[in-house]
Amino acid sequence: MSDRVAVLVGTRKGLFVLDGDADRQDWQVRGPLCDGWPIHDAIVDPRSGALYAAGGSNWYGPAVWRSDDMGATWSHSSEGLTYGDDGPKVTTVWNVTAGPDALYAGVEEAGLFRSRDRGATWEHVAGLTEHPSRPEWVPGNGGLILHSIVPHPTDTDRVWVGISAVGAFETSDGGSSWATRNKGVRADFNPENIYPEFGQCVHKLVMAADGGELLYQQNHCGVYRSADGGKQWQEITRGLPTQFGFPMAAHPRDPQTVWTIPMTEPEDGRVMIDGQAAVWRTNDGGSSWLRSVEGLPQEHAYLGVLREAMAVDRLDPVGVYFGTSTGQVYASRDEGVTWTLIADNLPSIWSVEAALLN
Amino acid sequence: MADVHLPRSLVALFPGAPRRIEARGATVAEVIADLDHRVPGIRNRLLDAGPSIRTHINIFVAGERAVLSTPVPAGATVHVIPAVSGG
Repeated sequence: MSDRVAVLVGTRKGLFVLDGDADRQDWQVRGPLCDGWPIHDAIVDPRSGALYAAGGSNWYGPAVWRSDDMGATWSHSSEGLTYGDDGPKVTTVWNVTAGPDALYAGVEEAGLFRSRDRGATWEHVAGLTEHPSRPEWVPGNGGLILHSIVPHPTDTDRVWVGISAVGAFETSDGGSSWATRNKGVRADFNPENIYPEFGQCVHKLVMAADGGELLYQQNHCGVYRSADGGKQWQEITRGLPTQFGFPMAAHPRDPQTVWTIPMTEPEDGRVMIDGQAAVWRTNDGGSSWLRSVEGLPQEHAYLGVLREAMAVDRLDPVGVYFGTSTGQVYASRDEGVTWTLIADNLPSIWSVEAALLN
Repeated sequence: MADVHLPRSLVALFPGAPRRIEARGATVAEVIADLDHRVPGIRNRLLDAGPSIRTHINIFVAGERAVLSTPVPAGATVHVIPAVSGG
């Protein structure tokens, strides 16, 4: 039986699943799922096949939803997803990520939680919020949120996270202690020091398929790569039309290929440049960038794409997908060269993920 | 026993849970604790850190707006109502 792709689309009013055929040409939309809750991220854990959706209801608080039948039936839990009765409130879950031996959730107010029982119960990874920098963490425009979780592919003690507007951290002891990973990343908005130890506005942190050390990030202040697990970053913004953007996606096999969507600067609306939708990719680790527009709207297309709203599948050639704040989902079957609209008129999209089913 | 009325959007999160359910407790906090035995997980949907009733959840005991410490007389009617909001 051939592989097929399901695109999980988290929106302001529920989760939607776009079921693709074997050719990734015809897509059937299911939803809204998760009772119409705001969903910020959704994944399929490749190990268990379970679908997880992370979000939070204005009425009923944060939760991670789980479906063992690809969305037909659901359970949800926030058991343990708390800083305790004396701590700050956890308002919503922004990221759910499957690691080699655990499930992780990133929440607002920023912190990391881990589940070893497939999302039934959660434990706070307290070492991160015990970092000495914690009293000086300040929120970005979207809040003080932990939005990127990057587990090492094989070493279960190593995890990177991204927090807005604090920066990147790494643990190499299973979460007991954390080190800042922001060296070389600009914080232009800091009048005292544009290269502080922390306080950078990381927008999306991703890992390349290169054994566990090669990272990329789209930041408020540029695009960067690091060949040593984030200890030192090199800026690779040159060749892009702006330094600003939210999402980033890495090729599942080629460590030199990543995609990003440059947008106008915050003061100029954070939308596609000149109303012309475009996705940019590098095939050489950021030395040069290629713009692709074929199939994308080129007139009055002031689209926004949020940090979690771009994804890749694992087929060959790789499929690339992104969703907009105005409810469109675009897909490319040729690694981001040409694009097709595969869903429209959805609620405002927060996340897009591509899951390979067989 | 209190006669607890739950909103549709809440019971939808717990397949099989009824809209109307009896629960034991001398205060709202105790009634919610007992509800959580009957419908595991429902406490987390109603209460935030503190603990306190979630900002956009209203609980009424015999028609009066309640907090967690509000007494619940035997046979009282308790309504759980999501706040009116939109967007």
